[in-house]
Amino acid sequence: MSKVLDDRKYADSHEWVKLNGDIATIGISDYAQHALGNIVYVDMPEVGDEVNQGDDFGAVESVKAASDLISPISGEVVEVNEALVDKPELINEDAFGNWIIKVKISDPSELDKLMDAEAYKKLCEA
Amino acid sequence: MEENLIKTCLHDRHVKQGALMSPFGGFDMPIQYKGITEEHNAVRQNVGVFDVSHMGEVRISGPDAYKYVSHIFVNDVTGAPDGQIFYGMMCYENGGTVDDLLVYKVNDQEYFLVINASNIAKDVEWIKKNAEGYDVKVVNESDYYGEVAVQGPKAEETLEKILGLELKDIPFYNFKVFTIDGEDVIVSRTGYTGEDGFEIYGSHSYIQGVWDKLMEAGVQPCGLGCRDTLRFEVGLPLYGDELSPEISPIEASLSMFVKLDKPEFIGKEALAKQKAEGVARRIVGLELDGNAIPRHGYPVEVDGKQVGEITTGYRSISTGKSVAMAMIDKPYDKLGTKVEVRIRKKTFPATVVKKRFYDKNYKK
Repeated sequence: MSKVLDDRKYADSHEWVKLNGDIATIGISDYAQHALGNIVYVDMPEVGDEVNQGDDFGAVESVKAASDLISPISGEVVEVNEALVDKPELINEDAFGNWIIKVKISDPSELDKLMDAEAYKKLCEA
Repeated sequence: MEENLIKTCLHDRHVKQGALMSPFGGFDMPIQYKGITEEHNAVRQNVGVFDVSHMGEVRISGPDAYKYVSHIFVNDVTGAPDGQIFYGMMCYENGGTVDDLLVYKVNDQEYFLVINASNIAKDVEWIKKNAEGYDVKVVNESDYYGEVAVQGPKAEETLEKILGLELKDIPFYNFKVFTIDGEDVIVSRTGYTGEDGFEIYGSHSYIQGVWDKLMEAGVQPCGLGCRDTLRFEVGLPLYGDELSPEISPIEASLSMFVKLDKPEFIGKEALAKQKAEGVARRIVGLELDGNAIPRHGYPVEVDGKQVGEITTGYRSISTGKSVAMAMIDKPYDKLGTKVEVRIRKKTFPATVVKKRFYDKNYKK
């Protein structure tokens, strides 16, 4: 049974986003890391790149396959999690603690299009 | 889950043991149990067992068996002792590959062919169609046989202990038929991992028994996930990636298995021409700088122009390097050539290398 945290929102492509002021922290869910298996590489954008809600901004890769990362929100990348460069498996260990990028958001109303924890739990159980 | 997927005789066991299942070649097959990396390492360092019951088996027998096998197979079985096995391909007239396969020589009048799961129907049709005019019987025995591959440096020791069979005297690429409880069981020193190991063919109930004994003994069950990473690291082709109706064995850099000095075989003329005149493209190895991972279908470029594509790519579990096999146009196939691999929005520098990323560890 995968974990879902109540303090953030979710996209149907299994990314989570947690807002702090106008900075959104983005990662993938516990369900997603479990489905992928051992993560061996995280392809991340660079600081200063623009990301758009619904567009891919990188990928997480297991031994077997690459899975696109879809941005749950639009804005400018202000930080990437450098720890994942050498230790991508951190996401397997704690998908909610080990974020992937931080974005300065351009449109807070986009959050309304995302799922809350309850709705996301149902998606994972479906 | 897709309907109509075929279940092997070990399917129930995979599901009970919690394997991640996925369709492969029309079968519902285990992709991994514990994890691809753990299973891969078990085979490289110790021993692992694969359900490969999805593979197809075809028996060709009769007075013309030798002549007929020579006609459809690009390798040369002439003069081989009984019990020897050959790897090679069946090709179309134009040199494209029908399938790659193992040919087990039972004797001059009987050969046992092991073919890829996804190609069983196509191969059987091809084999029967071309048998016209030859005094042979072609029997598809795929439904009868279950098969396990036991692979790794401890494979021999493990199997001898658990099955009580004498295996030491089976040389590499040879087989023996044991009669166990009145049934024929075929055991060959072959595999698809680059390690020493055996493939065992028997009735469903026999293979189920072997599986259960191996599980009791704590042998790591392995899925098709690590079967692919293992074969890839030692440069072995997978039909559909490095071989296909559009890719000849010469283009796949497997010409060592194509015996052009044989009097005749299907595709000989086309393959001889390719060999003599050279091919416009061929499969090579690539090693990437950095740790982005090349995947099947990603473009390979030189100066922004596409010169080929990745056929199989991984972060090698054994070496940690990002490496690939790729079909590359000439002249960019030369060792040491600098190319770029397009991975999503970026390109990554790579170098053409030999398509063997890890040394085989066969017991010959």
